Amino acid sequence: MFPLASFNEFSLGTELALALVLGLGFGFALERAGFGSARKLTAVFYLYDMAVTKVMFTAVVTTLVGLAVLSGVGLFDLAEIYLEPTNWTAQIVGGALFGAGFVVGGYCPGTAMAAIATGRKDGMVFVLGLLTGVWAYAEFTPGLDEWYKATSSGVITLPQATGIAMGWWALLFVAVLAFAAWGMAKLERRFAYLNPAR
Amino acid sequence: MRTLTQGRLGTAGHADQAVAKPFMNPYLAGFMLGLVLLATYVVMGRGLGATAGFAGLATWLAGFAGVEHLQASAVHMKYWNDGAPLLNWTLFLLLGALAGAALSGWQAHRFSFTTERGPRISDRQRLVLAFFGGFIAACGAKLAKGCTSGQALTGSSALNVSGLVFLGAVFVAGFAVAQLARKEWL
Repeated sequence: MFPLASFNEFSLGTELALALVLGLGFGFALERAGFGSARKLTAVFYLYDMAVTKVMFTAVVTTLVGLAVLSGVGLFDLAEIYLEPTNWTAQIVGGALFGAGFVVGGYCPGTAMAAIATGRKDGMVFVLGLLTGVWAYAEFTPGLDEWYKATSSGVITLPQATGIAMGWWALLFVAVLAFAAWGMAKLERRFAYLNPAR
Repeated sequence: MRTLTQGRLGTAGHADQAVAKPFMNPYLAGFMLGLVLLATYVVMGRGLGATAGFAGLATWLAGFAGVEHLQASAVHMKYWNDGAPLLNWTLFLLLGALAGAALSGWQAHRFSFTTERGPRISDRQRLVLAFFGGFIAACGAKLAKGCTSGQALTGSSALNVSGLVFLGAVFVAGFAVAQLARKEWL
């Protein structure tokens, strides 16, 4: 039955209209969380405001539990979702570069939309940097995509790598989130003195 | 900048009559974001993303230099979409996000034409760093085939190892570089 796109033939217009609607919710949630503010986003790296990890972890757990339940009752076919193959070098080196760019730039590509929508000039300049970056990648390193495919380890998911079903992972993630919530509250108190707005 | 507190952004340097509302409880906002991501999976069979939208936009812009020029790059050709690079699913997602964030910000009186930075650097220095950071983040996202949306959030929530590894690398590097960038934010 779900995903809908796998069992129905959507026209391009329908797909783009769905993207607009889903994007509306995406941007709304990001701005609600305070992710239009670079200071709020980068605060996670100084441990005085852990909103980034709280929001992200809760979102991951919500979706994970939803997917586990929907597939468990047979409404959702997990085999139909697109999963990016793992390339250890690419994800580690690319992730590290991305993390550095996130701290220095103050945003990530999605949250930059929330920043622009609420008038942040640094968000606009960050997006100019992003555009230049994706352009430069396409112009000067077009061979990296081939390298990615050639050295990829294929699609690896935790259930398939460990033999432990998605439902158990979902339960584990919920437990870790509960523990992390306690830990993050402690960290925020411990590092509150770093907050420049205090 | 020291006067800018979370709940009162809109008042700083601007004559906004209405005081900005405080941000939503992060766990509640995360739950909302998770529902949006789940809906994206349920409807489209894929998750959220952002970088691919910028890639489509960049290819469209590069197309003005001539299509022959684009053909030299496999990456450009991937986003060229037979001459309609703007009909890119993720780009429409970003447009929706822009509208959704504007709606949220407007409702909470959080619109403010300012530059976000720590108290020890100038606006100009911050803008240079924002550009530089955006450039590096884009290179990282292209190499890793996704950003915080496409890899970290979307991948991790489906227990995809590539997303979880990416997320780990982002945070390890983020914490390390943050120590060098204290002057920018603290």
